[in-house]
Amino acid sequence: MEKSTYYNPADLAKFGNVADWQPEMGRKFFDYYGEVFKDGALSEREKALIALAVAHAVQCPYCIDAYTVDSLQKGADEAQMMEAVHVAVAIKGGAALVHSVQMMNKAKELSM
Amino acid sequence: MKSLHAQHHALADTSYQLTVLSEAEAAGARLPAFAHKLHESGLLPLRPTELAVMQVNVGKMCNQTCRHCHVDAGPDRTEIMTRATMQLCLDALAQTTIPVVDLTGGAPEMNPDFRWFVEQISALGRQTIVRCNLTIIVANPKYHDLPEFFAQHGVRVVSSLPHFSAARTDAQRGEGVFGRSIRALRMLNAVGYGVEGSGLLLDLVYNPSGAFLPGRQVGLEREFKQRLLREHEVVFNSLLAITNLPISRFMEYLLESGNYESYMQKLVAAYNPVAAANVMCRSTLSIGWDGQLYDCDFNQQLALNVAKNAPQHIRFFDATALQDRAIVINQHCYGCTAGAGSSCGGATA
Repeated sequence: MEKSTYYNPADLAKFGNVADWQPEMGRKFFDYYGEVFKDGALSEREKALIALAVAHAVQCPYCIDAYTVDSLQKGADEAQMMEAVHVAVAIKGGAALVHSVQMMNKAKELSM
Repeated sequence: MKSLHAQHHALADTSYQLTVLSEAEAAGARLPAFAHKLHESGLLPLRPTELAVMQVNVGKMCNQTCRHCHVDAGPDRTEIMTRATMQLCLDALAQTTIPVVDLTGGAPEMNPDFRWFVEQISALGRQTIVRCNLTIIVANPKYHDLPEFFAQHGVRVVSSLPHFSAARTDAQRGEGVFGRSIRALRMLNAVGYGVEGSGLLLDLVYNPSGAFLPGRQVGLEREFKQRLLREHEVVFNSLLAITNLPISRFMEYLLESGNYESYMQKLVAAYNPVAAANVMCRSTLSIGWDGQLYDCDFNQQLALNVAKNAPQHIRFFDATALQDRAIVINQHCYGCTAGAGSSCGGATA
């Protein structure tokens, strides 16, 4: 039976179906997607780890699932995967924290 | 850890493994029969090509008990090939021009007649491959000179190292295996194995430490070479990426961890007709510790002998009759046809 939640793990395998209702754009997206993850100046493993970190930053359960598997398949180990996540955490946390400069500026502006 | 055999585990019975494999329903989706897929690819019945490798399993005894082992090998296994059966293999070999003899186990080096067998294969002018688990070299002083022995006979060494990190290797092969494997690799390097220009080949086997498929062999090889050189000053020639087949102890792991159905679906979804055309069983003859004949080492561990119209034992070796056989297939064969394909020589497509 289908799960009646917003996120169903089985839906990940249906990602390709998004091209059904707009084949041209769908094809262009997936061609581009495939090209992005090919071995290049960055290795396939490095790209999988970047994708894993970004998946956490955008909090996409499908992407976390997909790029955990992909990172393992490309030879990454647990330490590399967790360090990648910490990079995302540092940037997300840092992005919040750096705004505190604005808070400090404003507070100073209003204070004696 | 004990073997399934010593535990009297239900999966020690190969007919039970075949029952699990034959269950078509998986996670609500029907898994097509492998035969059906081969038929669609125009490959049924699957026929042999030229016989290129005689693979001899010289026994199930091993100093390790790896979690994924398809042989269910371990220190508690006593099945071992006798010198008389080895002689039958040599007699058969002499009748042919098969260029390569691939020795596997267990730890083949633990067979008391291992060295004699390698010497006889050399004397027939054939190449020997030994599937060395590395740790055997440092397990006991009597094995410390194996690198020199291998070099003396030009043996190609093919060794499992599932990861360049200790944690992932030890999780699959046992506590401390990574460290001992690195020691053994350095001993092999010291006599020239894996060193460019030495002519002594040292290949590593990567297989996933879990319920996922191997990535691209070439990318993994590059990662392994960089990391092993940088962190351990170890060199090797090629990395062979091998998919874990869903049988024996790896089947047990899949069932216990709740990954069996999704793993089978992954294998089926990744079916590649090019890999199917290149499966190793087409050019291999597999011989069991007791001399029985099989299409591959996986069929051997499932007790799926060669087709009945072919000789069943090495004593009755007949190259022509074997060439006329249909290769025995089952659902586990999806492991060799997924993605870039898998064989004892690594990717096939």
